[in-house]
Amino acid sequence: MQMNEQEAITAGRKIGDVILDMRNISLSFGGVKALTNISFNVREHEIRAIIGPNGAGKSSMLNVINGVYRPQQGEIVYRGQQRKNMDCYAAAKSGIARTFQNIALFKGMTVLDNIMTGRNLKMKSNFLLQALYLGPARREEIEHRRKCEEVIDFLEIQHIRKTPVGRLPYGLQKRVELGRALAAEPQILLLDEPMAGMNVEEKQDMCRFILDVNEQFGTTIVLIEHDMGVVMDISDRVVVLDYGKKIGDGTPDEVRTNQDVIDAYLGVAH
Amino acid sequence: MQDNLTTFPRRLLQHGKERPHKPAFREKDLGIWQTWDWQQTNEEVRALACGLAAIGFQRGMNLAIIGDNRPRLYWSMLAAQCIGGVPVPMYQDAPAADLAFVLENAEIQYAIVEDQEQVDKLLDLCEQCPSIAHIAYEDERGMRNYTHQQLISYARLQEMGREYDKANPGFYEASIAEGKESDNAIILYTSGTTGKPKGVCQTHKALLSAATGGIGFDKLTDEENVLSYLPMAWVGDCLFSFAQALTAGFTVNCPESSDTVTTDLREIGPSYYFAPPRIFENMLTQVMIRMEDAGAIKRKMFHHYMDVARRVGSDILDGKPVALGDRISYAIGNALVYGPLRNVLGMSRIRVAYTAGAAIGPDLFRFYRSIGVNLKQFYGSTETCAYICLQPDGEIKFDSVGKPAPGVEVKLAPNGEVLVKSPTLMHCYYKRPDATAEAIDGEGYFHTGDAGIFDNDGHLRIIDRAADVGKMNNGAIFAPNYIENKLKFFPFIKEAVAFGHERDKVTAFINIDMEAVGNWAERRGIAYSGYTDLAAHEQTYALVKECVEKVNADLAQEALMSDTQVHRFLVLHKELDPDDDELTRTRKVRRKFIAEKYAVLIEALYGGKASQYIETQVKFEDGRTGMVAADLRIMDLKAA
Repeated sequence: MQMNEQEAITAGRKIGDVILDMRNISLSFGGVKALTNISFNVREHEIRAIIGPNGAGKSSMLNVINGVYRPQQGEIVYRGQQRKNMDCYAAAKSGIARTFQNIALFKGMTVLDNIMTGRNLKMKSNFLLQALYLGPARREEIEHRRKCEEVIDFLEIQHIRKTPVGRLPYGLQKRVELGRALAAEPQILLLDEPMAGMNVEEKQDMCRFILDVNEQFGTTIVLIEHDMGVVMDISDRVVVLDYGKKIGDGTPDEVRTNQDVIDAYLGVAH
Repeated sequence: MQDNLTTFPRRLLQHGKERPHKPAFREKDLGIWQTWDWQQTNEEVRALACGLAAIGFQRGMNLAIIGDNRPRLYWSMLAAQCIGGVPVPMYQDAPAADLAFVLENAEIQYAIVEDQEQVDKLLDLCEQCPSIAHIAYEDERGMRNYTHQQLISYARLQEMGREYDKANPGFYEASIAEGKESDNAIILYTSGTTGKPKGVCQTHKALLSAATGGIGFDKLTDEENVLSYLPMAWVGDCLFSFAQALTAGFTVNCPESSDTVTTDLREIGPSYYFAPPRIFENMLTQVMIRMEDAGAIKRKMFHHYMDVARRVGSDILDGKPVALGDRISYAIGNALVYGPLRNVLGMSRIRVAYTAGAAIGPDLFRFYRSIGVNLKQFYGSTETCAYICLQPDGEIKFDSVGKPAPGVEVKLAPNGEVLVKSPTLMHCYYKRPDATAEAIDGEGYFHTGDAGIFDNDGHLRIIDRAADVGKMNNGAIFAPNYIENKLKFFPFIKEAVAFGHERDKVTAFINIDMEAVGNWAERRGIAYSGYTDLAAHEQTYALVKECVEKVNADLAQEALMSDTQVHRFLVLHKELDPDDDELTRTRKVRRKFIAEKYAVLIEALYGGKASQYIETQVKFEDGRTGMVAADLRIMDLKAA
C-alpha cells in the first residue's frame, strides 16, 4: 500500500483526543524489569503500533492495558479516569477486547460458537432462562446471533460458520479470533501479533480487515507486530520498546529515521 | 405464447399479477434466507428502472452488470430491459484488462456492480474507457471514502427512481409497452477459445422460445427451485436462472458467497439443477476423499452398494425391467447409502439435473444416475441460447447428448461439423458482421465448430471440436478431448492435454488435482512442499501411470480409438490457469496456446528424452508475476 492511499484512509476518519494514557508504567517480575518508566498515549480512532525486538516488553505492555498484569508503578488513565487496579473483567467491561499471540480459541467449538463467546459480557438474561431458551433469553440470543452474523459477514468467513475451529488452518483461526474480539463491540482493540506466521496473502487480508474495522466502526486499535512493512503501512503512530524501555515514539516516518531505533534493530557495538 | 407476454419485462408484470406472493428470489444474508415474492420483485425492478432513467440511461444503451449471483443484479438485468436497454453481464472474476475489451466493445456508459472489488476494477479502467460515466454498487462496504463522481449506491439509485416514478407517472408502463420481441434482450460475450470475445446478441423472442421449449420438454412448473451460482455472464445461468425462471415463474436462490455453495445447495435442495461437468466431478472427488477417510465398515458398505447401483441403478431410474432381487438390494442401498449421499450433496429433491458445457465422463455420469439423480446432458452454445440437443427422460445414453430440442433443426456437414437452424439462434455478433457471416451461412445454418455423428436412434454424439479433431500419421482419427475426458474422470487428474495430430503416437500433459493427490499423499506419509514438488514426486507419477494405463485399456476396446492410446506422458509443474491464458474462463483447454507455450515439452515427449527442464512465468491473482521452474520427468507406457 502506498502512502498517499493511506493518507486518504486517515483523512476519512477523525483522530480524536487521547482516550488511553499510560503514565510512567514500571512492571517487574522479581528481579526482572519487564517495563521501566514507560509513558505513551493512545488517541481515539487511531491505529497505534507497539514494536520492538524480542523480549522488549510489548506483550507485557498489552497485558498491563487490559489488566492481566498490574504495574508496580505508574498510572493508567482511561477516558479521563485513573485506573490503578483494573482487572481483566473490568477492562473487558469498559470496552477493551484483545486477541492473543498464541491463538486462544475453543478448538472443539464451531466458529459461530466461538464468536458468540465474545458476546458473553453483553448477555443479560440468567443462566436458567438461557438453558431453557425461554422468552427474553430467546430474544436476546437471536439479537446476539445477528451481531455475530454481522461479524462473520464482515470477516468473510460464512463458509466456515459451522466448522469446529480446530479443523481450520492457522490464518483462518486468527481471523476467527479477531471475530470474537469484534463481537464484543470494543472501543479499544488490542491485537497481539495478528499476522504472525501468516503468508503474504493472509497478511494482506488481515491488514484490510484491521483497516476496515478502524474505518467502519471507528475502533481504536493497539497492535503489536513484527512485520515492519505492515506496521509502517497501517499505523498512525508507533511506539518502540527495547529492553523494557521506550526508545522511540511518533509517526512511522519519524520512527524510521530515529537513530536509537535503528541501533536497536540493527545492533551497535557496545 | 400469449401475445402480450413477448418480452421479459411483460412476463415480470404478469407474474406480479398471477402469483404476487410466490417466492421469486431468495438470498442468504447474515445467515438467514431472505425472500422476495413476485410483487416485491416488481417494486424493486420498477424503482431501479426509473432510477436508471433518472440518471440518463436511455433506450438502446447497454448496461454492464458485474458481480456474483445476486438478486439485485438479476433485477438490474430486468430493469435495463424494462426501459429498452440491453444488459451485458460480465465475468466477475476477470481481471481488469480482460474487462476492458468488453467494456469498450459494448460502449458501456452505465454499470451496476456488486461491491468495492468491482468498483475498483472499473475505476482503474476509467482512463482506458472514458465512456464509463455511472457506476452503481450494491454492497456499500468499504465505499465510504470514495468520492468519485461516477459512483452511486444501488439504494440511492432506487430512491431516485421512486422520485422519478412519482414525477413521471406512466413512464414505466409506457417503456415496457414499447418493448418488442425482436429487441435485443441480452448480450453475452463468448469466452473466446480462439481470439477476442464476441458479443452474442439474443432477442427476447429467441431467449423466450428457448426457455419455453425447455420448460415444456421437462414439464417445469412455478414450484421449481434453482440455485444460481454459475457466472451470470454464462449462457447457462442466463437461461436457467433468468429466462426460464421468468417464463415459468419459479424461484431463483442466490448463495451467500461462492465459498458456501455446497452448504447452500443442501439447505435449498433445488428441484432443478444445472452444473458443468467440472462441478459434478468436484462433488464426486469430495465424496471419494471423505469415503477414504471413513471407517472400514462404512467404506465396505459404500462400495458394496455402489456396485449394486452401478449394475442396476440407472435402469431403475429409466423404468426398465430389473430382477426382483436387485430391486430389493437397491432399495436397501437407497436407505443406507444413496439417500443419505443425495442428501449430503443437496440432491434429495432434484427432479431434473442437467450438465453441459463440456463432455462428461461416462463413469461420472453413470455415478449420479445410479444413485437416483436424474442427470441428463444437453448440448448447445451461447449462439443458440444454450439448447441444441437434449436427452429426453428415459432415453439416456452415456455417450450421446440426446435428440434435437423442440423446434431445432440439426444436420451434419460433410466434415462432421454440426450445423443448426433454430428460432433460438442469435441474430448477430455485436458489431461484428464479418464474424456473423462466418458463423451463420447463407441458408441460415449456424456452424457450431463441433464434430459429431448421429447414432441409429437419432441421438447426436459429439466427438470433439471440429477444429481439434486431427488425423494420426497412420490415418486414424485423433480426438483429443475424448482421451482427455477419460483421463479427467480419475479424481487424481484435474486436467489433461493430449497430442497426436500428424504424429505416430499419442502423448499427454497431465495436471494433478492438488486436493485429491494431496490427501492421498498425506495418508501415505509422503512429504511435499507444494504443487510443483508433489507433481514431480515419484509416487505421484506411479499413481498417474496407473490411471493412464486404465484409460489405454479402455481405448483398446474401441475399434476407432485403439490407435490413440497414450504412449508417453508428463505431469506438469503448474496448474493450467485462466490467468495465464491456458484455460478459458469457463475452464476449457486452449490447445494451440498450450502447444506453443510448452513446445519444448512436446518436443521432449516425441524426442524420447527422459526429462526436460522448463521455466514458466505465472500470474498471481493480484496481477504480479513470478517464475516456476522444474525438471520434468517423462514416463513411457506400453500400449494395451
